[in-house]
Amino acid sequence: MSIDKPADREPGFSTLAIHAGAAPDPSTGARVTPVYQTTSYVFNNVDHAAALFNLEVFGNIYSRIGNPTQAVLEQRVAALEGGTAALAVASGHAAQAVVFQTLMQPGDEFVAGRQLYGGSVNQFNHAFKTFDWKVVWADSTKPETFLEAISPKTKAIFCESIANPGGIVVDLPAISAVAKQAGVPLIVDNTLATPYLCRPKDFGADIVVHSLTKFMGGHGNSIGGAIVDCGSYDWLSAKKNYPALQDPNPSYNGIRMAETFGNFAFALAARVLGLRDLGPAISPFNAFLILTGIETLPLRMAKHCENALAVASHLAGHPRVAWVNYAGLPSNPYHALANKICPRGAGSVFTFGLKGGYEAGVQLVSNVQLISHLANIGDVRSLIIHPASTTHRQLTDEQRAAAGAGDDVVRLSVGLEDVDDIVADLDQALAAR
Amino acid sequence: MDHDRYADTYIAGILADARTIAMVGASAVTNRPSYFAMKYLLGKGYEVIPVNPNLAGDEIQHRHVYPKLAAVPGPVDIVDIFRHSAAAAEVVREAVALKDKLGIKVIWMQLGVRNAAAAAEAEAAGLKVVMNRCAKIEYGRLSGEIGWAGVNVGILSSRRPLLSGRGVQDHVIAGKP
Repeated sequence: MSIDKPADREPGFSTLAIHAGAAPDPSTGARVTPVYQTTSYVFNNVDHAAALFNLEVFGNIYSRIGNPTQAVLEQRVAALEGGTAALAVASGHAAQAVVFQTLMQPGDEFVAGRQLYGGSVNQFNHAFKTFDWKVVWADSTKPETFLEAISPKTKAIFCESIANPGGIVVDLPAISAVAKQAGVPLIVDNTLATPYLCRPKDFGADIVVHSLTKFMGGHGNSIGGAIVDCGSYDWLSAKKNYPALQDPNPSYNGIRMAETFGNFAFALAARVLGLRDLGPAISPFNAFLILTGIETLPLRMAKHCENALAVASHLAGHPRVAWVNYAGLPSNPYHALANKICPRGAGSVFTFGLKGGYEAGVQLVSNVQLISHLANIGDVRSLIIHPASTTHRQLTDEQRAAAGAGDDVVRLSVGLEDVDDIVADLDQALAAR
Repeated sequence: MDHDRYADTYIAGILADARTIAMVGASAVTNRPSYFAMKYLLGKGYEVIPVNPNLAGDEIQHRHVYPKLAAVPGPVDIVDIFRHSAAAAEVVREAVALKDKLGIKVIWMQLGVRNAAAAAEAEAAGLKVVMNRCAKIEYGRLSGEIGWAGVNVGILSSRRPLLSGRGVQDHVIAGKP
C-alpha cells in the first residue's frame, strides 16, 4: 500500500489549515469535527473485528491506537507538513519516544545536534540510556560534525529546524546530505518553526516531530505531540536494519509493515506498534483544542514573527541588554540561513543576554507584569523564562552553555498582544531593581 | 496520458463504474498485500475473481480460483495485476484479446507494478489504464476511510462522507452499488 499526491490542484496553506482531514460528520452533518470522547468502537460482527485487528480494513478499535478526532488532527498536520501520514500522541516527548522506539534496537546509536530543547537533551541522555539507545552529540551549527559522529550503529539523525532556545536556524539541507550519505532517516523537530515557516520535508527530512503544545495549538491549553511520515525513506531497500518496518511482525500475522503500507509505513508502524504498546495516546479533547488552534496557524505565525522582530529590535538597542540572538535581525549570523530555511519569518522564540548576568535574569522574570514567567513557548500570551534557573538547571554548566542557555540568557516567546504593551512591560521590568 | 499522476476523478470514475475485478496473482497467504486488497474490495461490494494458475480450482476467501483470464466465465470490468512489472505484459495481451468477450474496460497494475509498453498496448485497444496504484488504498483515500489511520488523503471536502448502510465505519464512494 502507498499513498500518492493526487494530480488535482493543490490547495494553499491557509485552506489546508482549516479543511485538511475535516469533512462534515457523516452521521450528523456536524461541520466542526466532534470530540469523539469514547474509548472504544462497536464491531459489526466478529469478522469485522478480526479484519480491524489484522489491519485488513481501516477503522477505529480503541482510542489508545486511534480516535476519529485525533485522526482529523493527524491528517491536518500531515497535510501541512506535506507528509504521507501522521500520528498524534500525548506530547512532544511521547512523539520522540515513539519515533525512536520504532527505529532503534538496544545498542543502537543516533546522532543529535546538541542545540536542542533542554527536555530533549535530558530525554536523550538519561531516559533513552535505560533502553540502551545511545545519543552521539554533534553541533547543529557545524553540519560536518554530524558526519564525524556517524558509526555503523547509527540508525538516525535528529535536529531541530529552529533550535530552542538559542535562536539558531539549522542548515537542514547540509544535515540531510549527511543522513543520505549515512543511509539513515533524518528526523527534524519542527516545533518552533511550524510548517507555516518551514517544511523540513522540502529540505530532506524523512520524519518530522512536533510538540503540538506550542505554536500548532497556540493557545497554551493542551499538551500534544505529532509524528509526520514524509514518505521519503525507503525502508525496503535500506541497508540498515529496522525490524519494526522490515521484518514479519509476530503480533500482526506476519505482515511486513514496509511492504504492506509502503510510503506511510513508518506512521502506521509507530501507531500499531509503538503507540499500541507504549500507550501515550492523546486525549480527544486535546486533539480538538489543538485542531481549533491550527485553523488560525498562518495568521498567528505571521503576527508572532512581526511582533518578535519588533521586540528583538527594541531589545537590541536597550542599554541593559548585552546581545540579542534572533535570526530575524539582519545583523544575526543565522539571518541568511533563515531567509533560506524559513523565509516567512524566524519564529517568535529567541534569547537575549543581560549585562547583569544570572542575577539580572532572575530580576527580569520576577518583575514582568504582562509577560508570564513560565516554562512554555508558543502561546498567544508572551512568555519569559530564565533557562539557567529553570528548564536547563539540571544540565551542567558546559551543557547549558552548549545549548545556548548560559547564566545571562533570557528566553522570550513573543505573543500576540499589542507589541507596544510587550515592549513597555520589558522596559519597566528591566528598569526595576 | 500521464501515468505518474492521476486525477482523483479518473480513479473515482473507474472504481464507481466497476462491479467485477479479476485479480491476477491473487494469493491465499493471509499476510500478502493481494489478500488484504481482495478482502477489502469484497467488503466494498465488488465481485473479486482470483486468477492464479498455481491455485486453480482452490478457493481464496470463498471465491473460486481460475488458472487464467481466458478461463473466467465473465464479465470482468477491471483486470487487477498483482504480478511483477515484466509479467504484466503477458496479462495485458491476454486481457486485450478477451476484452470484448469479458467486457474488460480497465487494466489496473498494483502498487510497484509498471509497464509502459503494456499500458500503451492496452490504451491502443481502448482500455483505461492505472499503474503503480493499490485499488484498496485508492478506495480508502477517495472514501476517506484511510484518514482514520492518519493518512493524508489529499482531498478537501465540505460534503458528508457517504455511508454504506451495511454497518459502522464503512464509507463508500459516490456511484458505488
